[in-house]
Amino acid sequence: MGNFIMVGIDDSDPSKRAAQFAAELARSLDAKLLVVYVIQWTPFTFNTPEENESRHKRREEEVEAARSKILTPILDDLLKAGTKVEGFVRHGRPAKLLNYIVAEKEISQIVIGRTGAGGLKNIMFGSVASKMVQTSSVPITVVP
Amino acid sequence: MKKKQMWFHFLLGFICIFLVLAAPAYTQDAKKDLSSSQGWVQGIEVPVPGYKTWVEGLQPPEAKKEQKKSGIDAMVERIMTPINNVLYNGVFYSVPFFGAKLKLIIAWLIIGALFCTFYFRFINLSGFAQAIRLVRGDYSNPDSDEAGEVSHFQALATALSGTVGVGNIGAIPILIMIGGPGALFWMMVAGFIGMSSKFCECTLGVMYRNNNPDGTVSGGPMYAMVKGFAEIGRPKLGRFLSYFFAISIVIGCLGAGNMFQSNQAVMQFVNITGGADSYFASRGWIFGIGMAVIVGLVILGGIKGIAKVTEKLVPFMALFYLSGALVVLAANASRIPAAVTSIFANAFTPEGISGGFIGIMIIGFQRAVFSNEAGIGTAAIAHSAVKTDEPITEGLVSLLEPFIDTIVICTITGLVILTTVYGDPSVKHLTGVSLTSEAMSRTIPWVPIPLAVAVLLFAFSTIVSWSYYGLKGWTFLFGESSLSANTYKAIYCFFIIVGCSIPLTSVMDFSDAMVFLMTIPNILCIYFLAPIVRKELDSYWARIKSGEIKNYRKLMKKGKTS
Repeated sequence: MGNFIMVGIDDSDPSKRAAQFAAELARSLDAKLLVVYVIQWTPFTFNTPEENESRHKRREEEVEAARSKILTPILDDLLKAGTKVEGFVRHGRPAKLLNYIVAEKEISQIVIGRTGAGGLKNIMFGSVASKMVQTSSVPITVVP
Repeated sequence: MKKKQMWFHFLLGFICIFLVLAAPAYTQDAKKDLSSSQGWVQGIEVPVPGYKTWVEGLQPPEAKKEQKKSGIDAMVERIMTPINNVLYNGVFYSVPFFGAKLKLIIAWLIIGALFCTFYFRFINLSGFAQAIRLVRGDYSNPDSDEAGEVSHFQALATALSGTVGVGNIGAIPILIMIGGPGALFWMMVAGFIGMSSKFCECTLGVMYRNNNPDGTVSGGPMYAMVKGFAEIGRPKLGRFLSYFFAISIVIGCLGAGNMFQSNQAVMQFVNITGGADSYFASRGWIFGIGMAVIVGLVILGGIKGIAKVTEKLVPFMALFYLSGALVVLAANASRIPAAVTSIFANAFTPEGISGGFIGIMIIGFQRAVFSNEAGIGTAAIAHSAVKTDEPITEGLVSLLEPFIDTIVICTITGLVILTTVYGDPSVKHLTGVSLTSEAMSRTIPWVPIPLAVAVLLFAFSTIVSWSYYGLKGWTFLFGESSLSANTYKAIYCFFIIVGCSIPLTSVMDFSDAMVFLMTIPNILCIYFLAPIVRKELDSYWARIKSGEIKNYRKLMKKGKTS
């Protein structure tokens, strides 16, 4: 208990800073860091049969792209600095999913960047950070 | 269990032999069987379409007459009639049954559905709540690789856009016209038991689908037949049935999924552009080429944008239609009790309909089967795209389709007709979509144009969905290469133009017959493989009970409170 810190990332600068900050925090507390990249996805959309048929393939591609372009570079950086860290890519609604992982993995605190990747997306969906601040069950740090 | 199955096999074999042997002797019989049961029940004269018009759903008789002059038409008729006579009358061979004509193929489907209902212990009731929980995502682990794959909701929505079509709006007035309000009752009964056969066929589709090396999936009854029958030690029978099914789905899709829909769309288009005076009235091929180009862009040119837009619009159109219908019902609320009473009362004591209640029972059953495709096997193709370790879950979700399609949407259309124009002599010249349109416009005057748009979109999405079903049958027969796929797609587009430019009498008979032929191998497949499904089902319920399969919605709620 209390030895897990989670940081939710996307491909924005604030989230890179958040990852760095979380790593420092983890090192000073001798905690383990969990880096989670969430791909926006909802189960409630309307698709064509062809979209459904090739969904599995496209999902693999999405995960692979997120892993190789964003997650792995960050993980490599943090590992070099001596952080105990692991990371994974998930599909879902970011705030909801992060909260779920907190409950499931008994995470003691969350770090998150203030603004997400897309400006327009934030207007439409609301910032993940502000949603998290309102719904999180554990202490949360928002990195500007 | 084995004894029971033997009995079924015997029955099946008997029916099959009958279908084939007795076909030529009864050439004109099947077509006439409904011509004597007609008219508004309350004694109003309507131009009652013959049996075929009723099956097709919407085609007003005048349109047919007008188009019969063209030369292409005569040629097609000449070629098709002899083939059709044998096939149509073979498939729709009917026997006298308590004074009514019972088409054996309908009996075949109903027996199949009843078998599933009892064999799976009323899964249509016991699985209903679970199906809704699955669609809502209660059992999907958000923190797993499952997230991001095709969800239960998406599979259901895709399959529904193939089933909810013009028929839900346009074929119901005709059903009431021929069978009276009581036919709606039997339609609902058939929808209810159809939920069970849908459950079984979709579970099998997911269980035995192919994971292609390129990461895509192909599934459907033909794969279940090949793999499932190999599993139970009858690979040869399985292969035979799978080819039988694949050939009939390819041809059936060209007719019922394509020409019928495009023909209905062009007629609706002619109606809103001025009826018989419309420039397009005798030039359906212009509309057909337009439609073929758009469909071609979607399925051949890979312009997914259009398909995505319609896939997103169709649910809203369905919602628009349903809310419009509910407004109409609210405005006529005082007549609803009488309408509901007439549905139940007429179900057993119909007035002025030949064949008594068995007669309208058959009519209602038939409408339901046409509408929700339970037992035909197409939905299994759409559902097999879901990547899940529990094929049962997909079957459970699919049982919602006959419910939404037949028990909800068709019944609402029926109530709209019964509370507004039913028994009104001033609408006797109307039929099909135009009658529903008239019924709704009495409460909401601006309804006809958006309704026509909705009908066009329904037709379009059904054409696109069925192109996919047909394609799966085709690639099963001729391989997954892009050349073979594109050949089929090109043929498919060509048939849209054909569907728009010729009257459909004999071509439709042919393709209807092919669609119903699909039910022979499909229901056989259900009988043979049902024990496998039941084993899975039992294990699934057991694991739900023991908590091995977690309800994540409950878990999340607990997490918040603690």
